[in-house]
Amino acid sequence: MTTTHTYDAVVVGAGGAALRAAIEASGGVKTAVVSKLYPTRSHTGAAQGGMCAALANVEEDSPEWHTFDTVKGGDYLVDQPAAELMCREAVDAVYELEHWGLPFNRTPEGKLDQRRFGGHTRNHGEAPVKRAVYAADRTGHMILQTLYQQCIKRDVRFFNEFYVLDLIMNEGVCAGVVAYELATGELHIFKAKAILFATGGFGRIFKVTSCAHTLTGDGPAVCWRRGIPLEDMEMFQIHPTGIYKMGILLSEAVRGEGGILLNSEGERFMERYAPTVKDLAPRDLISRAIYQEVKEGRGIGPGKDGVYLDVRHLPREVIEEKLPDVTEFARLYLGVEPTKEPVPIQPTAHYAMGGIPTDVDGQAVLGAEETPVPGLYAAGECACVSVHGANRLGTNSLLDIVVFGKRGGAAMAEYALGADQSGVPENVEVDVAAALEHILTGTGDQKVVDVRTALQDSMFDLAGVVRNEDGLRKMLGILGDLRDRAARVAIQDRGNVYNSDLMEAVELGFLLDCAENLLVAALARDESRGGHYREDYPLRDDAKWLNHTLSYRKPDGSIRLEYKPVKMGPYVPMERKY
Amino acid sequence: MAEKIHLKLRIRRYQPERNPKAWWDEYELEMGPMDRLLDALNEVKWHHDGTLAMRRSCAHGICGSDAMLINGRNALACKVMVKDIAPKARVEPLRGLPVIRDLIVDMEPFFAGYRSVLPYLVNDEEPPDTERLQTPEEHAEFEDTTKCILCACCTTSCPIFWGDDGYVGPAAIVNAHRFIFDSRDEAGRTRMKILAGKTGAFRCRTTFNCTEACPRTIKVTRAIQEVKRATLFDRF
Repeated sequence: MTTTHTYDAVVVGAGGAALRAAIEASGGVKTAVVSKLYPTRSHTGAAQGGMCAALANVEEDSPEWHTFDTVKGGDYLVDQPAAELMCREAVDAVYELEHWGLPFNRTPEGKLDQRRFGGHTRNHGEAPVKRAVYAADRTGHMILQTLYQQCIKRDVRFFNEFYVLDLIMNEGVCAGVVAYELATGELHIFKAKAILFATGGFGRIFKVTSCAHTLTGDGPAVCWRRGIPLEDMEMFQIHPTGIYKMGILLSEAVRGEGGILLNSEGERFMERYAPTVKDLAPRDLISRAIYQEVKEGRGIGPGKDGVYLDVRHLPREVIEEKLPDVTEFARLYLGVEPTKEPVPIQPTAHYAMGGIPTDVDGQAVLGAEETPVPGLYAAGECACVSVHGANRLGTNSLLDIVVFGKRGGAAMAEYALGADQSGVPENVEVDVAAALEHILTGTGDQKVVDVRTALQDSMFDLAGVVRNEDGLRKMLGILGDLRDRAARVAIQDRGNVYNSDLMEAVELGFLLDCAENLLVAALARDESRGGHYREDYPLRDDAKWLNHTLSYRKPDGSIRLEYKPVKMGPYVPMERKY
Repeated sequence: MAEKIHLKLRIRRYQPERNPKAWWDEYELEMGPMDRLLDALNEVKWHHDGTLAMRRSCAHGICGSDAMLINGRNALACKVMVKDIAPKARVEPLRGLPVIRDLIVDMEPFFAGYRSVLPYLVNDEEPPDTERLQTPEEHAEFEDTTKCILCACCTTSCPIFWGDDGYVGPAAIVNAHRFIFDSRDEAGRTRMKILAGKTGAFRCRTTFNCTEACPRTIKVTRAIQEVKRATLFDRF
């Protein structure tokens, strides 16, 4: 049985970007939030260290310096007008969250306190600056809770544990989505004038990741299958400090508060790689520095493939009061007492800079001409504005979700007020129903977990911190094989109630789509920039590559690439030294 | 290779589509020294029985999805290490909420309690252009209760909650506390009026189960007592 719902605006996902959009849209039009998780389970809650805004509460700062850092941090693949807008609106975005009750840490005089973060500097790179407001090391948790609270206050309508599996397009106009209700196994059609995707990232294509089990790229994959391109999918951030072997994030705030990285010889090696800002260099640089240390035999751990994060020299109250959660992670998961021992870490797949291409109002756009897709919006990690370019600075994701969640929500509401419901074709759910039936009745010889694990293992090795042509080609070959295997998957659960076995099989398809887009884009980009490091092309090539990648699905399922120029501004690309 | 840890895992199963009665399944697993109980449950689901149903997402104790009864105590499966509970463990769904399937319970009664206490900042004054000032001391009054992740470990460990359909439960009171003691909030009285009723804070009999169960180490019982005291002495 299929149920049909009609709304003006439907937000897909329930993390920070989605909830911020829902708050904005629900003030103007009939709005629903459709998410595969309960809102407070979303991965925004796992963000730890802070959110940057040039409040200048504790030392001199300006939105312009923040913009410069964002552009340089993104290795000049950032659209500069968008970054300028984000860094300018950051200030009011923080105050708005404070007015909604977010319990930020305070200075002695009661203002919002600020801390240092990687890549954020005073006056164009002179020294680290205190720019990140924070709530201990659970800033994302507090943003998620605060936005959810505001949704409850506004009585926003939620459809929790509904998986959106298809986008309904009607002659180029977005008309709704098809969703699978986990509790009943029933399909639901959400007709809407405007849809905003805010489904987060796809870090689960990698073996070692800080991303939740549920971060499987659903939004980007669903849109891509319906002809929407994906932008800059090769730009994936590997965060330097995940818990050794587990990948659980240990916030950059640890280094913001004074923590340092050590190799097996006890050397503070970042002094060699980034003499000015050292351990507060951007994430891509530090992850590559760790890779280099490991390669040269100065790694730690059973595989000699990690390094240490050391906070033993910090005052105990800083560790206990400003970094309580990450301290607990080290104690619980590693059995390491950070006040007495250095903590074993390794780089961990963290954040997708790429995603559904949008303008600064969350409006999805096609091609180099940026033709709007009427009714389709995206925000947060699943979108690409692009404010993060080739490497996102720490804290800028929390900023991104509130700034562009709000703008997207406002834009979709305004559009919905002036638009008619476009018709939804009869039996529009048949594709999804057939795909689910295919999995449910499958009798193949493959298990979801085996295909997924094979993907994750090889992606981390062949398309992670360091890439080259041979590795990427090899990985594309593996991926082709994995697609064949995925088509022969059989699951055990044939039921209708909470059939997560079935949903894991569906999510595997999304992961494969995201991985393939990443690989094809990475193979074509024969330069190194930000998170995309090609050892066979180690230099940045601005003459050729100040362009965003757009990857489209061709009718035969393969990928076609197109490019659009980066929107430049006052900052001329220069060598990226820290 | 690191040493394997043997775990005999008993799981309470319930799948009304297949069988109207709940039952126990038992699995013999070989786990790694850094594995969480959630990894053991995934091992079962991915390699032994794909029909096992549980909620999980972040896998490191911040999303609150995988609360369950583990060896008789409520905890998050991702914050229990296999090495700490081996050689055997018993896993059941949370008590006091309707079981839908296996380890999945209906969370709606829990969230209804949460919603009933006005869990959002109320302040009708026009805010300043910048932040409202709040001293670190004022912030410290409610900081502990801001750590709540709404996992329901506390509420479903409470014997009063098990026995009484109406009691809002510890988590709802924790979230009321978070606003009642926030210097920026103006609806403390309203919340205390809600919690002074027969479904509110005075149902608490201070068994401290909630405090023991909280994976975020919130002093839950203390927060409930602070709400009671504020109500009795009309703090606001």
